[in-house]
Amino acid sequence: MKSFIEYIVSIFKGLWTLLIGMKVTGKYFFTPWKNVTQQYPENREKLVMFERFRGEVIMLHNENNEHSCNGCGICEINCPNGSIEIISKSILTADGKKKRIIDQHIYHLGMCTFCNLCVKACPSGALAMGQNFEHAVWDRSLLTKVLNQEGSTIAENVKEE
Amino acid sequence: MSEIKEVMINSDRLATDEYLVNMGPQHPSTHGVLRMLVKLEGEKVLNIQPHIGYIHSGIEKMCEAISYPQIIHLTDRMDYLSAHMNNEAVALCVENALQVEVPDRVKYIRTIMDELARLASHQLWWCVMGMDLGALTTFFYGLRDREMILDIFEETCGARLTVNYNLPGGLMFDIHPNFQKRVKDFITYFRTKLPEYDQLLSGNVIFRERTEGIGHLSLSDAIAYGVTGPSGRASGFSNDLRKHQPYSAYPLVKFNEIIDHRCDTLARYEVRMKEMHESLSIIEQLIDNIPEGDYAVKMKSVIKLPEGEFYQRVETARGEFGVYIVSDGKKNPYRVKFRSPGFSNLFALNKMAKGHKIADLVAIMSTLDLVIPDIDR
Repeated sequence: MKSFIEYIVSIFKGLWTLLIGMKVTGKYFFTPWKNVTQQYPENREKLVMFERFRGEVIMLHNENNEHSCNGCGICEINCPNGSIEIISKSILTADGKKKRIIDQHIYHLGMCTFCNLCVKACPSGALAMGQNFEHAVWDRSLLTKVLNQEGSTIAENVKEE
Repeated sequence: MSEIKEVMINSDRLATDEYLVNMGPQHPSTHGVLRMLVKLEGEKVLNIQPHIGYIHSGIEKMCEAISYPQIIHLTDRMDYLSAHMNNEAVALCVENALQVEVPDRVKYIRTIMDELARLASHQLWWCVMGMDLGALTTFFYGLRDREMILDIFEETCGARLTVNYNLPGGLMFDIHPNFQKRVKDFITYFRTKLPEYDQLLSGNVIFRERTEGIGHLSLSDAIAYGVTGPSGRASGFSNDLRKHQPYSAYPLVKFNEIIDHRCDTLARYEVRMKEMHESLSIIEQLIDNIPEGDYAVKMKSVIKLPEGEFYQRVETARGEFGVYIVSDGKKNPYRVKFRSPGFSNLFALNKMAKGHKIADLVAIMSTLDLVIPDIDR
């Protein structure tokens, strides 16, 4: 008889613990305005990422289409997985000297792990991390990007290599 | 009717036999690609043989080709839920080898970040634990709170999981101006939410029936298998490196090492729940007292370790994580070995789950808090 009573009591105790849990869920069920879910594709226009968010590597250009990359290749050395390639070219300066400048700063987004080491290592502050995170493309080759914009030149105050 | 019954009993169809079942590699409760060869007799588990290596990525070998600052970003990808602690282990190992003393500010920030990562990891473990036992609600509640920690990480470190925040000699960035306010907001918020966790799951009768007395791992077995972290502490194995071998700012804070002697699944659950309270109190002690100063020491552009062997271990959310570097004086290591907690913890599973039902195996595995890239690395 005693064990039977214990059994009945345990049923009610168990039900009570379930009700305690349901109290919590019920509280949120009846106050749905407290639960905020980001409506992601719809809120795209207003979505602001944190300023340090690492979405992709970008090269900073000013309003005259000038960047500060002198093609030293330190970012290429610091990249752990070879996602940066620097192609430089020689040009003749106005006073007849040969000078090596950057031709293409190639960035393989598909290999990048967003570790920030290239940005930290860059001596002239030419690179930065962009906030764009929507990288989906239809073709893999589109993930290889040239970071220096077409027709861009080196800003004047940048240290020579 | 009785004739049919007689036929059923006499036929071979009712005969019991031992059989093997593959649990995984694509099983939702293994939390990744882990395959377990389970020997069953009916529903009873007789033997478990874990097969690992499905996502082996050769991180130790990759480390031999890259420099020390570059190694750190790979350790994010091993135990991705304790990325800060893994980063810190490598950073501390290199700093010890070079005998560099980092500023106090770095130590404080590292410790706060470690504890935030531990909280985030335990929150995710809690939601998944509920989900493994059939309570989907916990998953949403846990992730809701974890989101706040990930936002803190994103604002200061620039990433949510693969943070890469520590460097040899300091940190990648200084903390964001909003950091302290956000962390304090989170602590006050989470202190109101932790009782909800207990109401939802800890007291639940179904949960208690399924965890109490299940998966017994004795103290001697825990030591023999090297089960560390909360799983080991639930067997009475005092192994908290934050107490026994304090690093960073841990010598400066007061906290309790949570030890439970009940050795079962419920004990492992409760150790982690209590650890969340301890983590909150550690952060509270440090957050207002972050000293001024530099966030990194100026290191050489090419870091070369002196010839020799260096070892550093830290306490991650799952246990003891060790980094062993053999250097031959070059800019990249000769050999790197990581001692990951998940690997040792996984192999105690056979001892714990033997004799229980297959549904209990899921509960036991869940309290071990396995992260598969940590095991396979």
